[in-house]
Amino acid sequence: MGKLQKPLKRKFDANIKEKVATSTSEHKETDEENEDFLQDNEEVRENDSSDSEGDIENSDSENENYESFEEESEEDNDNLSESDAEEKDSGGEEQEASSSDEEENIEENDRQETNSKTVNTTNDEYDEYDTSDEEDIRNTIGNIPKNWYDEYKHLGYDWDGQQIIKPNTGDHLDEFLKRMEDPNFWRTVKDPQTGQNVILSDDDINLIKRIRAQKIPDVSFDEYAPWIEWFTSQVEQMPIRKIPESKSSFLPSKDEARKVSKLVHALKMGWIKTREEQAKLRAKKEPQFYMLWSTDDQPEEMRRIHKHIPAPKRLLPGHAESYNPPPEYLFDDRELKQWNKLKETPSKRKLHFLPQKYDSLRQVPAYPRYIKERFLRCLDLYLCPRAIKMKLNIEPESLVPKLPSPRDLQPFPTTLAIEYKGHTDMVRTISTDKTGQYLLSGSDDCTIKIWEVNTGRCVKTVITESVVRCVEWCPNGALSLVLVACGNQVLLINPGVGDFVVRNRTDEVLKEVPHNDVIVTERVKSTVQWYEPEPNMYEKGVRIQLNHFKMVSQVTWHGKGDYFGSVMPEGQSRSVLISQISKRKSQLPFTKSKGLVQRILFHPTKPVLFVATQRHVRIYDLLKQAQIKKLMTNSKWISTIAIHPGGDNLLVGTYDRKMLWFDLDLSTKPYQTLRLHGTAVRGVAYHKRYPLFASGSDDRSLIVSHGMVYNDLLKNALIVPLKRLQDHQAFNDFGILDVHFHPLQPWVFSSGADSTIKLYSN
Amino acid sequence: MVAKRKKKYSTGEAAQFMTRKAALKKLQLSLNDFRHLCILKGIYPREPRNRKRAQKGQTGIKTLYHVKDIQFLLHEPIIWKLRDYKIFNKKVGRARAIRDFENLHKYLNNHPTLKLDHIVKERYPTFLDALRDLDDCLTLCFLFSTFPSLAHVPRDQSALCQRLTMEFLHAIIEAKALRKVFISIKGYYYQAEIKGETITWIVPHHFSFEPQQKSEVDFKIMSIFVEFYTILLGFVNYRLYHSLNLHYPPKFSSQSTIDDVEKNIVDEEAFVSERVSALNYPILKVTTDLIQDDVTIDNFALDEDPNKVEEAKKEAEKVKKLKTLFKGLKFFLNREVPREPLVFLIRCFGGEVSWDKVLFIGSTFDENDETITHQIIDRPSMPKQYISRYYIQPQWVFDSINARELLPVEKYFMGEVLPPHLSPFIDPERDQQYIPPEERALYDPSVLEDQYKKDENIIQEMTNAEEESNQESNVEEEKIREKETNKSKLSVSTGEVYKEVPWEKSRQERQEYKLREKMIKKKHKKLYNSMMEGRKERAKAIWLLRKKRRLHDEKKATEKVGKSRKQE
Repeated sequence: MGKLQKPLKRKFDANIKEKVATSTSEHKETDEENEDFLQDNEEVRENDSSDSEGDIENSDSENENYESFEEESEEDNDNLSESDAEEKDSGGEEQEASSSDEEENIEENDRQETNSKTVNTTNDEYDEYDTSDEEDIRNTIGNIPKNWYDEYKHLGYDWDGQQIIKPNTGDHLDEFLKRMEDPNFWRTVKDPQTGQNVILSDDDINLIKRIRAQKIPDVSFDEYAPWIEWFTSQVEQMPIRKIPESKSSFLPSKDEARKVSKLVHALKMGWIKTREEQAKLRAKKEPQFYMLWSTDDQPEEMRRIHKHIPAPKRLLPGHAESYNPPPEYLFDDRELKQWNKLKETPSKRKLHFLPQKYDSLRQVPAYPRYIKERFLRCLDLYLCPRAIKMKLNIEPESLVPKLPSPRDLQPFPTTLAIEYKGHTDMVRTISTDKTGQYLLSGSDDCTIKIWEVNTGRCVKTVITESVVRCVEWCPNGALSLVLVACGNQVLLINPGVGDFVVRNRTDEVLKEVPHNDVIVTERVKSTVQWYEPEPNMYEKGVRIQLNHFKMVSQVTWHGKGDYFGSVMPEGQSRSVLISQISKRKSQLPFTKSKGLVQRILFHPTKPVLFVATQRHVRIYDLLKQAQIKKLMTNSKWISTIAIHPGGDNLLVGTYDRKMLWFDLDLSTKPYQTLRLHGTAVRGVAYHKRYPLFASGSDDRSLIVSHGMVYNDLLKNALIVPLKRLQDHQAFNDFGILDVHFHPLQPWVFSSGADSTIKLYSN
Repeated sequence: MVAKRKKKYSTGEAAQFMTRKAALKKLQLSLNDFRHLCILKGIYPREPRNRKRAQKGQTGIKTLYHVKDIQFLLHEPIIWKLRDYKIFNKKVGRARAIRDFENLHKYLNNHPTLKLDHIVKERYPTFLDALRDLDDCLTLCFLFSTFPSLAHVPRDQSALCQRLTMEFLHAIIEAKALRKVFISIKGYYYQAEIKGETITWIVPHHFSFEPQQKSEVDFKIMSIFVEFYTILLGFVNYRLYHSLNLHYPPKFSSQSTIDDVEKNIVDEEAFVSERVSALNYPILKVTTDLIQDDVTIDNFALDEDPNKVEEAKKEAEKVKKLKTLFKGLKFFLNREVPREPLVFLIRCFGGEVSWDKVLFIGSTFDENDETITHQIIDRPSMPKQYISRYYIQPQWVFDSINARELLPVEKYFMGEVLPPHLSPFIDPERDQQYIPPEERALYDPSVLEDQYKKDENIIQEMTNAEEESNQESNVEEEKIREKETNKSKLSVSTGEVYKEVPWEKSRQERQEYKLREKMIKKKHKKLYNSMMEGRKERAKAIWLLRKKRRLHDEKKATEKVGKSRKQE
């Protein structure tokens, strides 16, 4: 009831004003009525205690809608003027109570008056007031708009919670008939509470008429009753109380002043805000949007991030991420296992999610890692270092150098033509005579064999004392002589094949031992001794025999066929020896050790010697006796070298799989590094006439390449690998040991560790 | 006098970069504030060219910022706001500790707020830049719009996100800008094209929020991002609405079937926001005259490839058709169908849509409306069905949009096993990628028919093979006998013509290429190898997928055979 009281009070306020207005006119009426009134008043007081509630309810129902509206607005007011209300509360409550009491009395009075005329003295007050209520109480929906029930077949609920069904209202025809027939039709009204028709009585109609005419509804009410002066209009001259007014009542309250000043100060300082200010502030705190960019694409000048790198966008999903992917995207058992295995290192997984299939959209659950993924993206955006990376948009094929097609570079050896079988151990070295008719080979089975190239027949076999490490046919066509390095010896053998005249001439030339007076130094003497062969050796073909102090690994002819060089890797400072056949004399060109000498080579035309040590190739001028150049190979261990017949290009094979092409005019660094082989390169060779070179390695492959050297100095050599030939068998991890070109034809020989020699022809 | 020796690392790359610690010291900020600032201002660490030099010789990996970035932060006014926050927190903490509620209240009322408008303009110089960067913004805002009140997420943030995202969807609907959609296991992917920029965003499935471990996800950081993104999205919305001649914030035309009574009951704001999130009411336009946006492409490009121009024209035509894909169709969503994505899609492409009145506000017609053409349904059966409409599963809508035409509905009927849902984001021109047969069928419908035929063939073969197996044994015996008889006779076999082996040439070429491969420069060798490796890996992945598909198809075929046999 507490809430209800306030609106009531307001209503009573309105009533009392009315009353006052009327009472002023009635003021001067007789006392009779006054007494009457007083009596009535007493009666009412009795009622009051028992019936005040019903009374209020009654008034409630009279103007429900109005009240409910009032209530709301009142509440609003409340909120607005809380402080006011509080102040009032303390002082005003008593007043309120008393005034409301009075007002009730007055109203009661009013009613009593009207009733007293019709029903004189009836004590049963329920009869009077509650008649209308009882009807209403059947419907329990309370004080709500009745049109809410328009759509339903019931219009509310009774006390038992049962629907009150709308009474059957006839159709339009019925209504029409009623209108025609029923004399009371015009005074029939539908009760919104019950939905039933009610026939208004004459009194009711009068009442309505009066209200419409804006008269006071109660007929008996006398508008012009005499004025009753409730409060005297005379002004008292003397105070009623004896005590004079205190001084403080004339002075403004200090306490209040303090409070007010505090409030004013707080307002001034902005600590508290007026309601308007508060609303403004609240609006300000909400983001306000406006036209930030005036145009689509013209930026305004302002300071911005230095060289901004926009964050890359997320990758768009593929089929696998679909809720209903094609079946092949789902993981099978193996993939699932792999997925689970990489639980610790999810970055290694191919997909960052597990593809799943749902039969319908209804079954798709929320993705459990969704928030985490968004969070990681946030972290990426502000924590991940950014850099502009150029993305290569090329085909890998474009990286492969454009080279002429091998078909245009023919002829070159392509097919295996002849196999030379006969050795029983690996064939370390091969060589051909100048005409290309015979092939010489030296093997670990302590033999050298001479083969006829075209037939593949072994013409001759010479047994040596130890392993043959190097053989080479004399480049001089006038001599039929072969250089063989086996063990500590170097043998000069007349192979006894080929032109008869040349064979005999060679024997004759070598028969006469030239006499020379030059004293051989002790250093040379301790290094090498020249011997005439013993008769049985002579039979074999040996014409001269040189005994060295260390194992000889390589021998090589000078281009004219008079000088030859031999290499003893363990010989320290005496590892390179140059000997002359015509004078039967040797000399040691170097006084100091330059490292582990691998190979030496004479320049084809100039008096220049190439010495390959473990890492470098040194070039010496033999006339000036000085080093010309030192070639940097950038590799760990040189295995072999070969020189282009032009003399300006050098090919170096290394044990670390590389082949280095040096252009001697260009620089000391390799012009090109070829990594054609998978393992150590053991043999390289140039063709004397064709622009070809070949290399053999431990991976059993022989690679023939085109190596064109131009006379024009501005043009660099053209190198094109042409053909890979892989026919040798592997033996003890060795493949091809030596490679040699046919001097006239584009054919190549290769000797392998599988104790065969193969000839490839075009 | 000797010239003063230059100190190392005082110029060059070392002077360009700054570690995070140095940056903190220079800015006089705590790490948290610095992080806040970096996120709002869009400052990120940079990868130096040479890390060792940039780190002044220090080893290890440090977070390096560009010096100019830090200098840029130095004059930022929001640094002062961040300091205000610090003071505010101190004051509030103290007031709370000494139970000085009067002051506490006062402080809380004067809570400092960050104003980020200038940062939006600074980070996105033009509207197009903002659109380009909208992906993350939208995705995060859509996620946050599903969030409840959390510890480090301000209470009104999710509400704001919800409002802004819904407004954005309205803009997309009005502009008819949506192009592609995809249902993934993570959520719905949408791709729209606004002013030539493609924007892709993800909306999670229902109930996406679940509490996260503190070590896993830090909502505070995400909240800072959202703080900025909401402002960005608001401004983008504003401009979008204006370019579409719409009121911002959105208003609804009075005639849009809203009862006055209802309007009285609900308060104005909630009422509008509900209409907005219903997505089913057209927004009021500022002017009613139509904008002609379909400008015909003039044929200027003389020097360009005519094929390309032709293609572009075709594409434009297709897009135009796509915009009115569902025009004239009336959809009704069943209760179990996710309402928001489908309403958005259907409205985007000009369809009419409604749902059960009880489900959500904004339904425009009832289920018993006879003019409904499609009812979207996601349950195996339905007791009461109307003959006048198709009962289809929601995937039809998605697939139709991606195919840019109304697909035949047979495969999507109620209770049917759905065809696979394919991603529309795959570029068909990229080489070395697996294309599932269903996708190939999109480009060339004959493929799928072939596939079915093949299946049938397999089935037939299998049935035939089993029948034959009984006969085979007899046949073989006969054959052996025949052979024996043949052997004894003298015969002259015809000579064989020497044919060039067809693969010999290719083999030779491959060999030549292999040798040429060895001639690649050392500089490019690694790149080449890695590229080839990648290629090989991709080929392997394709092979694997193809194999899996084949096995799957075979398995299915055998199952079919088994079934048919059982029926017999």
